[in-house]
Amino acid sequence: MFQKTFRKIPTLLTLVALAAFILQLGCGKKDENAGATTEKISLQNQGSDTMVNLAQAWAEAYAEVDSAVSVEVSGGGSGTGIAALINGTVDVANSSRKIEKAEKDSVVSRRIKDIEKKLGRNMEPNERAQARQDTANKPQEYMVGYDALAVFVHKDNPMEEITYEQLAAIYSAEGKTTKWSELGVKNAGCPNDEIIRISRQNNSGTYHYFREAILGKGHDFKLGSVDMNGSKDVVELVSKTPCAIGYSGMGYATAGVKILRVAKKAGDTAYAPSIETTLNRTYPIARPLYMYTLGEPNAHVKKYLDWIHAEAGQQIVKESGYVPLPKDGAMSGETPAQE
Amino acid sequence: MPNQRRLGTLTEPIIEGLIRFCGISAILFVIGIFFFVFREGADFLIHKLNLKEFFTSQEWYPDSPSNKRYGVLALLAGTASVTILAMLIAVPFGLGAAIFISEFCNRRFKETFKIVIELLAAIPSVVWGFIGLTVMNPLIIDLFGAPIGLNVLNGGIILALMSVPIIVSIGEDSLKAVPDSYREAALALGVTKWQMVYRVLVPAAKNGLLAAALLGVGRAVGETIAVLMATGHAVQIPDSFLDPVRTLTATIAAELGEAPVRSDHYQVLFIIGILLFSITFMVNLIADLAVKGIRKK
Repeated sequence: MFQKTFRKIPTLLTLVALAAFILQLGCGKKDENAGATTEKISLQNQGSDTMVNLAQAWAEAYAEVDSAVSVEVSGGGSGTGIAALINGTVDVANSSRKIEKAEKDSVVSRRIKDIEKKLGRNMEPNERAQARQDTANKPQEYMVGYDALAVFVHKDNPMEEITYEQLAAIYSAEGKTTKWSELGVKNAGCPNDEIIRISRQNNSGTYHYFREAILGKGHDFKLGSVDMNGSKDVVELVSKTPCAIGYSGMGYATAGVKILRVAKKAGDTAYAPSIETTLNRTYPIARPLYMYTLGEPNAHVKKYLDWIHAEAGQQIVKESGYVPLPKDGAMSGETPAQE
Repeated sequence: MPNQRRLGTLTEPIIEGLIRFCGISAILFVIGIFFFVFREGADFLIHKLNLKEFFTSQEWYPDSPSNKRYGVLALLAGTASVTILAMLIAVPFGLGAAIFISEFCNRRFKETFKIVIELLAAIPSVVWGFIGLTVMNPLIIDLFGAPIGLNVLNGGIILALMSVPIIVSIGEDSLKAVPDSYREAALALGVTKWQMVYRVLVPAAKNGLLAAALLGVGRAVGETIAVLMATGHAVQIPDSFLDPVRTLTATIAAELGEAPVRSDHYQVLFIIGILLFSITFMVNLIADLAVKGIRKK
């Protein structure tokens, strides 16, 4: 009995060693980052799902520009990216909406808490006021391009254009439109005439933007829409569902879907989303895309952001299906089309 | 040799302690998980939550700009409808397979079948979800003329396939636990094999078979990513099995990442977690009591 146990000790020890090794692997990431400063600098970039393709394209192209820096991109939604920026786990957050005041405030209070922890005491009121003023604690905003939100239907749907009112009647909680025939559309591929509304999950910047732009401030979506978890998923589902209508970035269009022309009011000319119509503000559902850093960016991040604003970076915006910034250098936070 | 013995007397209590800890740890983890989930949601649950609205309203507007409402009725209906449909499919199939494997199958096939069914259990749920999203969606549109293929039916079939392995393996175990003397006595009376199964074995193993079905229910209620992908994720009480729905689990998975920590929305998601925990706890408890029922007899 004793001997048996004794013989099993090495096995047990191996198991323990294995467990320790696995734990080590799990925690290894931290060490990697620490070690990376001496060799390759890695910039963490997280946020908007709308921008994730674009951010990835930038990161790949930038690897050739500056081989010392590797940019690591992940999605999750604009809110997730900003939350990560607040928590200090990313260098740059992508957002398809402007940062909210509550988020800005929580950046500052988080930083103050960090400083207090370091000091080991609570700050005096005047110190706190100064910390609030300190730009190093404030998120900095960079506009990097525009996204035109396209309204998609199945490619066999005969509908060609749609107005804001019709969209609101379909999507809004107060809206009454549920059938294609009510829009004057004979959708042959959809035998029971029902409009299947495809929307996004509620942490999506696209969802927030569509709600504000189409339904109006303070209005809610009608419940019962099919909420997808990604920009691409919306287009994919619309292309497989003849009864569906959905909204997503125009860059995600595929051969299976049709982009509707959009008019603000019935009787207005309807425009299809494109670079021209976005920049000359005739296409109504377009919004700027942002990147945020915490305080002034360090040299590597600054170089990356400058490159994004330069010709090469903007060319990638265009190639990815988004709308580049106008040539006359628009670093301002101005919104096209609406408001 | 005496050296080894001394080491043995030293290590024995340590190893005994380790093993005891492993045994208790499961209980500690369950209590710990419940405690942490409860703690995150407790403040809102006690002070602010309108329980009546929570359970009877289907208005799930956690981020409404004007009027936030937290009603989970539609989500409960979603979970219930998908689970019920899954069980309607999985229980007959699962128990049938269990009876076949345990009574009718020859020994060589038996082992192969068991391995294949265990393989079914090893398929990751995200792969099931992927099948629901890409294969079943167009299929359901074509076959049923449904406006959209991501619906209760899709989720129910996927969940049924996922819970069949549990039902089969536990059902088979409980049939195996019926003493052979029962079978011999039945056969000696000259009954056919089928009569033996439904007159003798099924009644004798009924608690175990019930437990198998209930554990299948527990699996179906708790499944997340597959139903998130296959059910269409739409907040509504379904009128038919061709309507898209949203389940409790999918809501947590889709929204927790964004909800600001400690906000009302975040806490309500944890309260949904408590609700889910209670549902699966009850189901498992009933299954457990059913299994205990066998042993007493």
